[in-house]
Amino acid sequence: MSKLRGYRKYRPRTQPAYDFPPYASTAKRHPTRPLVIAPQTLSEITGPVFGYDVLKPTDHDLTRQHKGEPIGERIIVSGRVLDENGRPVPRTLVEVWQANAAGRYPHKTDQHDAPVDPNFSGAGRTLTDAKGRYRFVTVRPGEYPWRNHYNAWRPAHIHFSLFGRAFLTRLVTQMYFPGDPLLPLDPMYMSIPDERARRRLVSQFDLENTVPEHALAYRFDIVLRGRAATPMERP
Amino acid sequence: MLIASGSQTVGPYLHIGLTWLNTDRIAGPGVKGERVVIRGRLLDGDGTGVSDGLVEIWQANAAGKYAHPDDRRKQALEKGFRGFGRIPTDAKGHFRFSTVKPGRVPGPAGKLQAPHLSVTVFMRGLLRQLSTRIYFPGDPANAQDRVLQRVPAARRATLVARRKARGVLEWNIVLQGKDETVFFDF
Repeated sequence: MSKLRGYRKYRPRTQPAYDFPPYASTAKRHPTRPLVIAPQTLSEITGPVFGYDVLKPTDHDLTRQHKGEPIGERIIVSGRVLDENGRPVPRTLVEVWQANAAGRYPHKTDQHDAPVDPNFSGAGRTLTDAKGRYRFVTVRPGEYPWRNHYNAWRPAHIHFSLFGRAFLTRLVTQMYFPGDPLLPLDPMYMSIPDERARRRLVSQFDLENTVPEHALAYRFDIVLRGRAATPMERP
Repeated sequence: MLIASGSQTVGPYLHIGLTWLNTDRIAGPGVKGERVVIRGRLLDGDGTGVSDGLVEIWQANAAGKYAHPDDRRKQALEKGFRGFGRIPTDAKGHFRFSTVKPGRVPGPAGKLQAPHLSVTVFMRGLLRQLSTRIYFPGDPANAQDRVLQRVPAARRATLVARRKARGVLEWNIVLQGKDETVFFDF
């Protein structure tokens, strides 16, 4: 078998710690022993591959999944999935979920006193194209309270789940909106130590993709772990 | 070089976005190999089951072949075998899936690895996914496995499933405490 290329280690301070006291739920849910450093093998540099067969035509448009249109400000969220080397990640699955415009999830454990919207499920998925591009149509999610600390509110956000090309490139993250005053108060956002790395999770207003008389647009590029410059040991 | 995007928790409402791809039968009827059911619990630092967690599995088929373009070896791959599982935990932290025992795949130093499943764990309260592995009890290859050898001997048992009945294995994910599961940094 030809030489395999492994993946780079994440740069220091660009990923959150497992134990992060400002986010109270991490206390009982983080490993207390150090992770065991292990070699990357074929098992880690491969990962599940999905095709268009898993998608339905309205999966990328969260405003067209029900009979009526959801309440809220319609937005377009698009961008590219790249690796750390700047190369596009083509045909990879992107999954999203979010609260409705009032900050409510249609979930049995969400007790926030805000209306559910019968025309909004808040879930979508798509595949990136050959250039790593993706595009969703949705409504701008509302902020909502949570009980982490007194008067805690989550900034508006959209959850993103990506696979990339390998077990090692799997990423679940959240997209935030520019200028949100709740960001510096949010333990999840602030769990990423490096400020430039944090800012990577804030989308940008995207005039170019705005549709006149219809929807504003936000651009959100996602960067997955990239391959290391030198091949790893022959398997 | 670009800065990689930071991980964030799946939060409490993960099911909204992720349930559509739930897969607890990793190997369909046409897939060859020894059938196994693996069941277990995801337990927090108090020993309480995690009700808002998700386990993902990645594995080769019984011939040791991954359904991935970078596995260019000649072993046969059954049509429709993806090798992926996604299993949410239930209200008491239980998860359960069925599959076939994978074959051996190449590892470091030209040695084959012992049969294993790669596991990713997500949950509310976890800012960044955890990676671990499930090995099979009584497999003679375990003793030579280069990844397992990186684990202090006293903790290796956390990665080996226990046989509960014919074709039924138990494997728990313990986040903290005496039996804390080994998690890897690859």
